Amino acid sequence: MGFPDRIERTVVVAHPPGEVWAALTTPEGLSAWFGDEAAIDLRPGGSARMRWTDGSTADMRIERVEEPTAFGFTWPVYGMPTDDPRRTYVEFTLEPLGAGTRLTVIETGFAQLPEDTYRKGYDAHTEGWTSELGELVDHLDAA
Amino acid sequence: MPPDIEAIAEQVFTALADPSRRAILAVLAAGGPATATDLAEHLPITRQATAKHLALLAEIGLVTAEPGERRRVRYRLRSAPMQVAQQFLAALARDWDGPLDALKDHLDGTTASDRTAPSNSAAPPNSKKITKSRKAI
Repeated sequence: MGFPDRIERTVVVAHPPGEVWAALTTPEGLSAWFGDEAAIDLRPGGSARMRWTDGSTADMRIERVEEPTAFGFTWPVYGMPTDDPRRTYVEFTLEPLGAGTRLTVIETGFAQLPEDTYRKGYDAHTEGWTSELGELVDHLDAA
Repeated sequence: MPPDIEAIAEQVFTALADPSRRAILAVLAAGGPATATDLAEHLPITRQATAKHLALLAEIGLVTAEPGERRRVRYRLRSAPMQVAQQFLAALARDWDGPLDALKDHLDGTTASDRTAPSNSAAPPNSKKITKSRKAI
Protein backbone atom coordinates (compact mmCIF):
# COMPACT_ATOMS: atom_id res chain seq x y z
CA MET A 1 0.00 0.00 0.00
CA GLY A 2 2.80 2.45 0.83
CA PHE A 3 2.16 4.62 3.85
CA PRO A 4 3.19 8.15 2.83
CA ASP A 5 5.22 9.78 5.59
CA ARG A 6 6.56 12.72 3.63
CA ILE A 7 4.91 15.18 1.27
CA GLU A 8 7.10 17.50 -0.78
CA ARG A 9 6.36 20.29 -3.23
CA THR A 10 8.58 22.81 -4.95
CA VAL A 11 7.42 25.95 -6.68
CA VAL A 12 9.33 28.75 -8.32
CA VAL A 13 8.01 32.25 -7.70
CA ALA A 14 9.09 35.44 -9.42
CA HIS A 15 9.78 37.27 -6.17
CA PRO A 16 12.94 37.47 -4.04
CA PRO A 17 13.26 35.38 -0.82
CA GLY A 18 12.63 38.43 1.37
CA GLU A 19 9.14 38.90 -0.05
CA VAL A 20 8.33 35.20 0.14
CA TRP A 21 9.63 35.15 3.72
CA ALA A 22 7.22 37.93 4.68
CA ALA A 23 4.31 36.01 3.14
CA LEU A 24 5.22 32.93 5.20
CA THR A 25 6.02 34.50 8.55
CA THR A 26 3.88 37.60 9.13
CA PRO A 27 0.19 37.76 10.11
CA GLU A 28 -0.48 39.97 7.07
CA GLY A 29 1.28 37.57 4.73
CA LEU A 30 -0.22 34.37 6.13
CA SER A 31 -3.76 35.73 6.21
CA ALA A 32 -3.46 36.78 2.57
CA TRP A 33 -2.98 33.27 1.17
CA PHE A 34 -3.15 30.64 3.90
CA GLY A 35 -5.65 31.33 6.66
CA ASP A 36 -8.33 33.95 6.90
CA GLU A 37 -6.79 35.22 10.13
CA ALA A 38 -3.31 34.60 11.42
CA ALA A 39 -1.34 35.39 14.56
CA ILE A 40 2.31 34.48 14.91
CA ASP A 41 5.06 34.81 17.51
CA LEU A 42 8.02 34.36 15.20
CA ARG A 43 10.73 32.62 17.24
CA PRO A 44 11.64 28.99 17.85
CA GLY A 45 9.21 27.79 20.52
CA GLY A 46 6.75 30.56 19.67
CA SER A 47 3.19 29.78 18.71
CA ALA A 48 1.08 30.68 15.72
CA ARG A 49 -2.61 30.27 15.10
CA MET A 50 -4.49 30.22 11.84
CA ARG A 51 -8.22 30.62 11.66
CA TRP A 52 -10.54 30.04 8.72
CA THR A 53 -13.99 31.45 8.09
CA ASP A 54 -15.51 27.96 8.33
CA GLY A 55 -14.53 27.98 12.02
CA SER A 56 -11.56 25.63 11.71
CA THR A 57 -8.28 26.57 13.37
CA ALA A 58 -4.73 25.28 13.42
CA ASP A 59 -2.30 25.82 16.28
CA MET A 60 1.28 25.75 15.21
CA ARG A 61 4.47 25.66 17.23
CA ILE A 62 7.36 27.44 15.54
CA GLU A 63 10.48 25.27 15.42
CA ARG A 64 12.89 26.88 12.99
CA VAL A 65 13.40 30.54 12.05
CA GLU A 66 16.33 31.32 9.77
CA GLU A 67 15.45 34.43 7.83
CA PRO A 68 15.15 34.31 4.87
CA THR A 69 16.01 30.68 4.12
CA ALA A 70 14.18 28.30 6.47
CA PHE A 71 10.92 28.36 8.41
CA GLY A 72 9.58 25.30 10.20
CA PHE A 73 6.64 24.51 12.47
CA THR A 74 4.70 21.54 13.81
CA TRP A 75 0.92 21.30 13.83
CA PRO A 76 -1.72 18.68 14.63
CA VAL A 77 -2.66 16.08 12.06
CA TYR A 78 -5.94 17.17 10.51
CA GLY A 79 -8.83 14.87 11.41
CA MET A 80 -7.22 13.65 14.63
CA PRO A 81 -8.70 14.28 18.08
CA THR A 82 -7.48 17.61 19.48
CA ASP A 83 -5.60 15.90 22.31
CA ASP A 84 -3.73 13.57 19.95
CA PRO A 85 -0.03 14.07 20.66
CA ARG A 86 1.04 13.40 17.08
CA ARG A 87 2.00 16.40 14.99
CA THR A 88 3.48 16.72 11.55
CA TYR A 89 6.49 18.93 10.88
CA VAL A 90 6.26 21.45 8.04
CA GLU A 91 9.39 23.11 6.73
CA PHE A 92 9.64 25.78 4.08
CA THR A 93 13.04 26.37 2.49
CA LEU A 94 13.75 29.37 0.28
CA GLU A 95 16.58 29.46 -2.24
CA PRO A 96 17.31 32.45 -4.46
CA LEU A 97 16.83 31.59 -8.12
CA GLY A 98 17.72 34.44 -10.46
CA ALA A 99 15.51 37.33 -9.37
CA GLY A 100 13.02 34.90 -7.83
CA THR A 101 12.84 32.11 -5.27
CA ARG A 102 12.67 28.36 -5.35
CA LEU A 103 10.31 27.51 -2.49
CA THR A 104 10.14 23.96 -1.16
CA VAL A 105 7.64 22.73 1.41
CA ILE A 106 8.17 19.39 3.09
CA GLU A 107 5.69 17.94 5.57
CA THR A 108 6.76 14.82 7.47
CA GLY A 109 5.39 12.64 10.23
CA PHE A 110 2.26 11.05 8.82
CA ALA A 111 3.61 7.60 9.67
CA GLN A 112 4.96 8.09 13.16
CA LEU A 113 5.00 6.62 16.64
CA PRO A 114 5.47 2.95 17.44
CA GLU A 115 2.37 0.91 18.16
CA ASP A 116 2.84 0.66 21.91
CA THR A 117 2.86 4.45 22.26
CA TYR A 118 -0.41 5.07 20.53
CA ARG A 119 -2.05 2.02 22.08
CA LYS A 120 -1.18 3.31 25.55
CA GLY A 121 -2.47 6.77 24.68
CA TYR A 122 -5.74 5.66 23.21
CA ASP A 123 -6.60 3.04 25.76
CA ALA A 124 -6.01 5.64 28.45
CA HIS A 125 -8.34 7.95 26.57
CA THR A 126 -11.10 5.34 26.28
CA GLU A 127 -10.75 4.35 29.91
CA GLY A 128 -10.86 8.03 30.82
CA TRP A 129 -14.32 8.39 29.33
CA THR A 130 -15.58 5.23 30.99
CA SER A 131 -14.30 6.27 34.40
CA GLU A 132 -15.66 9.80 34.01
CA LEU A 133 -19.12 8.41 33.24
CA GLY A 134 -18.68 6.11 36.25
CA GLU A 135 -17.87 9.13 38.41
CA LEU A 136 -20.99 10.89 37.15
CA VAL A 137 -23.11 7.87 38.15
CA ASP A 138 -21.46 7.84 41.61
CA HIS A 139 -22.10 11.55 41.98
CA LEU A 140 -25.77 11.18 41.05
CA ASP A 141 -26.20 8.14 43.31
CA ALA A 142 -24.74 10.06 46.25
CA ALA A 143 -27.13 12.98 45.76
CA MET B 1 8.79 4.16 9.76
CA PRO B 2 7.56 1.53 12.23
CA PRO B 3 7.01 -1.61 10.11
CA ASP B 4 3.58 -2.42 11.55
CA ILE B 5 1.85 0.89 10.85
CA GLU B 6 1.17 0.02 7.26
CA ALA B 7 -0.04 -3.47 8.18
CA ILE B 8 -2.47 -2.02 10.73
CA ALA B 9 -3.84 0.50 8.24
CA GLU B 10 -4.27 -2.21 5.63
CA GLN B 11 -6.23 -4.40 8.08
CA VAL B 12 -8.49 -1.48 8.95
CA PHE B 13 -9.23 -0.73 5.31
CA THR B 14 -9.89 -4.43 4.62
CA ALA B 15 -12.28 -4.55 7.58
CA LEU B 16 -14.06 -1.39 6.43
CA ALA B 17 -14.45 -2.70 2.87
CA ASP B 18 -17.27 -4.97 4.06
CA PRO B 19 -20.67 -3.26 4.57
CA SER B 20 -21.72 -5.56 7.43
CA ARG B 21 -18.52 -4.87 9.34
CA ARG B 22 -18.90 -1.14 8.73
CA ALA B 23 -22.44 -1.40 10.11
CA ILE B 24 -21.26 -3.29 13.22
CA LEU B 25 -18.60 -0.66 13.92
CA ALA B 26 -21.11 2.14 13.33
CA VAL B 27 -23.57 0.63 15.82
CA LEU B 28 -20.81 0.21 18.44
CA ALA B 29 -19.58 3.77 17.85
CA ALA B 30 -23.08 5.21 18.17
CA GLY B 31 -24.42 3.10 21.04
CA GLY B 32 -21.46 1.76 22.99
CA PRO B 33 -20.59 -1.86 23.89
CA ALA B 34 -23.10 -4.51 22.75
CA THR B 35 -23.47 -8.28 22.50
CA ALA B 36 -23.57 -10.17 19.20
CA THR B 37 -27.32 -10.66 19.73
CA ASP B 38 -27.90 -6.92 20.29
CA LEU B 39 -25.91 -6.12 17.18
CA ALA B 40 -27.72 -8.68 15.01
CA GLU B 41 -31.02 -7.00 15.90
CA HIS B 42 -29.75 -3.78 14.33
CA LEU B 43 -28.41 -5.44 11.20
CA PRO B 44 -29.86 -7.28 8.20
CA ILE B 45 -27.65 -10.32 8.90
CA THR B 46 -27.97 -13.35 11.16
CA ARG B 47 -26.49 -13.61 14.64
CA GLN B 48 -24.07 -16.24 13.31
CA ALA B 49 -22.84 -13.94 10.55
CA THR B 50 -22.52 -11.10 13.08
CA ALA B 51 -20.45 -13.32 15.38
CA LYS B 52 -18.17 -14.25 12.50
CA HIS B 53 -17.55 -10.59 11.63
CA LEU B 54 -16.97 -9.76 15.30
CA ALA B 55 -14.34 -12.50 15.52
CA LEU B 56 -12.47 -10.95 12.59
CA LEU B 57 -12.79 -7.44 14.04
CA ALA B 58 -11.49 -8.70 17.41
CA GLU B 59 -8.55 -10.41 15.72
CA ILE B 60 -7.31 -7.16 14.19
CA GLY B 61 -8.01 -5.18 17.36
CA LEU B 62 -10.93 -3.04 16.19
CA VAL B 63 -13.17 -4.48 18.92
CA THR B 64 -12.42 -6.17 22.23
CA ALA B 65 -14.56 -8.84 23.87
CA GLU B 66 -15.36 -8.25 27.50
CA PRO B 67 -17.57 -10.03 30.01
CA GLY B 68 -21.00 -8.41 30.30
CA GLU B 69 -24.08 -9.04 32.41
CA ARG B 70 -25.30 -12.62 32.82
CA ARG B 71 -22.00 -13.89 31.37
CA ARG B 72 -22.83 -12.61 27.92
CA VAL B 73 -19.83 -11.34 25.99
CA ARG B 74 -20.02 -7.71 25.00
CA TYR B 75 -17.96 -6.11 22.26
CA ARG B 76 -16.39 -2.72 22.70
CA LEU B 77 -15.04 -0.54 19.90
CA ARG B 78 -11.29 0.03 20.01
CA SER B 79 -10.27 3.15 18.19
CA ALA B 80 -6.46 2.79 18.16
CA PRO B 81 -6.14 0.98 14.78
CA MET B 82 -8.64 3.46 13.32
CA GLN B 83 -6.37 6.33 14.32
CA VAL B 84 -3.54 4.76 12.36
CA ALA B 85 -5.72 4.46 9.25
CA GLN B 86 -6.80 8.07 9.80
CA GLN B 87 -3.15 9.14 9.59
CA PHE B 88 -2.86 7.46 6.23
CA LEU B 89 -5.97 9.31 5.04
CA ALA B 90 -4.60 12.57 6.45
CA ALA B 91 -1.54 12.22 4.23
CA LEU B 92 -3.71 11.64 1.16
CA ALA B 93 -6.02 14.51 2.04
CA ARG B 94 -3.21 16.99 2.62
CA ASP B 95 -3.18 19.36 -0.31
CA TRP B 96 -0.29 21.80 -0.54
CA ASP B 97 -0.96 22.56 -4.20
CA GLY B 98 -3.96 24.80 -3.54
CA PRO B 99 -2.27 26.92 -0.83
CA LEU B 100 0.93 27.23 -2.89
CA ASP B 101 -1.08 28.47 -5.87
CA ALA B 102 -2.74 30.98 -3.53
CA LEU B 103 0.69 32.06 -2.27
CA LYS B 104 1.86 32.68 -5.85
CA ASP B 105 -1.27 34.69 -6.57
CA HIS B 106 -0.77 36.67 -3.37
CA LEU B 107 2.85 37.51 -4.23
CA ASP B 108 1.96 38.47 -7.77
CA GLY B 109 -0.88 40.60 -6.48
CA THR B 110 1.42 42.41 -4.06
CA THR B 111 3.79 43.63 -6.72
CA ALA B 112 0.99 44.36 -9.19
CA SER B 113 -1.07 46.36 -6.70
CA ASP B 114 -0.13 49.72 -8.25
CA ARG B 115 -0.99 48.49 -11.71
CA THR B 116 -4.03 46.84 -13.15
CA ALA B 117 -5.26 43.51 -11.81
CA PRO B 118 -2.77 40.69 -12.39
CA SER B 119 -3.47 38.98 -15.68
CA ASN B 120 -2.94 35.47 -14.30
CA SER B 121 -5.67 35.89 -11.70
CA ALA B 122 -8.94 35.07 -13.40
CA ALA B 123 -10.97 34.81 -10.22
CA PRO B 124 -12.23 37.86 -8.32
CA PRO B 125 -10.07 38.63 -5.25
CA ASN B 126 -12.54 37.29 -2.71
CA SER B 127 -13.40 34.00 -4.40
CA LYS B 128 -10.46 32.18 -2.82
CA LYS B 129 -11.31 33.25 0.72
CA ILE B 130 -14.54 31.30 0.63
CA THR B 131 -12.94 28.03 -0.33
CA LYS B 132 -10.05 28.22 2.13
CA SER B 133 -10.29 25.90 5.08
CA ARG B 134 -8.08 23.66 7.14
CA LYS B 135 -9.51 20.75 5.18
CA ALA B 136 -8.08 22.10 1.97
CA ILE B 137 -4.52 22.35 3.20
